Amino acid sequence: MGGSLNANHLVFLLQGALWTIVLSVIALVGGGIVGFVVALARIAPSRVVRIAAAGYVGLIQGTPLLVIMFLTFFGLPAIGIRITPLAAASVSLTIYVAAYLGEIWRGSILSVPTPQWEAAEGLALSRGQRMLRVVLPQAIRIATPPTVGFVVQIIKNTSLASVVGFVELARSGQIINNSLFEPFLIYAIVAVLYFALCYPVSRLSRRLERRAGQPRGQTLAPA
Amino acid sequence: MITLDFPAIWERWPSLLDGAVLTLQLAAVATVCGGIVGILGAVARRSGNPVATRIAGVYVEAIRNTPLLVQIFLVYFGLATLGLKLSAVFVAGLALTINVGAYTTEIVRAGFESIHRSQIEAGEGLALSKAQIYRHVILLPALERVYPALTSQFVLLMLASSVTSQISAEELTAVANYIQSDTYRAFETYITVAVLYVLLSLVMRAGFFGLGFLLFPRRRRLGTPL
Repeated sequence: MGGSLNANHLVFLLQGALWTIVLSVIALVGGGIVGFVVALARIAPSRVVRIAAAGYVGLIQGTPLLVIMFLTFFGLPAIGIRITPLAAASVSLTIYVAAYLGEIWRGSILSVPTPQWEAAEGLALSRGQRMLRVVLPQAIRIATPPTVGFVVQIIKNTSLASVVGFVELARSGQIINNSLFEPFLIYAIVAVLYFALCYPVSRLSRRLERRAGQPRGQTLAPA
Repeated sequence: MITLDFPAIWERWPSLLDGAVLTLQLAAVATVCGGIVGILGAVARRSGNPVATRIAGVYVEAIRNTPLLVQIFLVYFGLATLGLKLSAVFVAGLALTINVGAYTTEIVRAGFESIHRSQIEAGEGLALSKAQIYRHVILLPALERVYPALTSQFVLLMLASSVTSQISAEELTAVANYIQSDTYRAFETYITVAVLYVLLSLVMRAGFFGLGFLLFPRRRRLGTPL
């Protein structure tokens, strides 16, 4: 309808892919920070904090990311909070990723053998020192393969930012399709670009898992 | 001053119920069909036939490294390009099946890998036929072992079915979009729908937990937690 696929369209798609990467980094950093707090809160000494964190994880893991996106982008303005598509997508992904990373990291912290905790306690280290100097350095090694595996989920989930009008890779494809109307060809190219982003990360996570010599704890993957 | 009006949304409970039912139906179809695809895929991957192993491997990698949204568009427009006019709900079920089939393949394969060689040798020692060994020594114990991982995957699938609203399958999220455009109460609508999804996932988890007792009674006797 509007001519045929040319180099400009491909450049536009690549720009979209770049925004997909930017959004993934935002989600990983934001979700990582909040997720770390969630992980610590899940094993906090205070019962109230533990229950609150478990409630957060249960609620978010029981809600589709798409609904969270709609809630932040359409729901917040309805109660008087204005938000841009990029901010809505970043906030939604951060909230979502934090619940999953929090659980992965809680598992990693808890799988540091108990004698390590006891030894640290026996050396009269405070709770903070125990965590920072004994447990976390070991937990990070355990957490790395599943975290890298989850990055693949993050990259794929950024595609849902397209529904709030943020122009990342999937939305770029939709826009081009609106002028060319060659959906199968265009979405095939979009799929190949996503594959090019995700596959190296998948390979890396599998290599890390094999080196760790442990069966993967959490390979579950939404969407 | 903004006032929240939840009852305005709750009035729409008949459409919300319809949407929730379709969400569960999509999840059920994709769970059953995707489960079968996954078992076949895992059997293909350990078959030793290089062609079958390769095809299953490419299928799993292609699906696991691309977003569901793009897969849905590809199936939807791909079938249309072939001249097949199918309903959005059918396409949604098909796309979800293809998607979850790949994840199920990986999970079941992990189950197969957890079966020790000595178990199969013991089966041979008891003069079981090849088919009997496959069924009683490999397949069922493998499924039993990965049952918790499988069921979590199927709950995630139910949540992911919200994406099919993008090709206007009238499931729960699509109903929500309609209600919010009609009432201009986006906040209340999506909060309500989020709560409904949480309830649906709790219902599914409880269902799978009960089903586990029926399917794998041995687990209960062994006292292994699900």
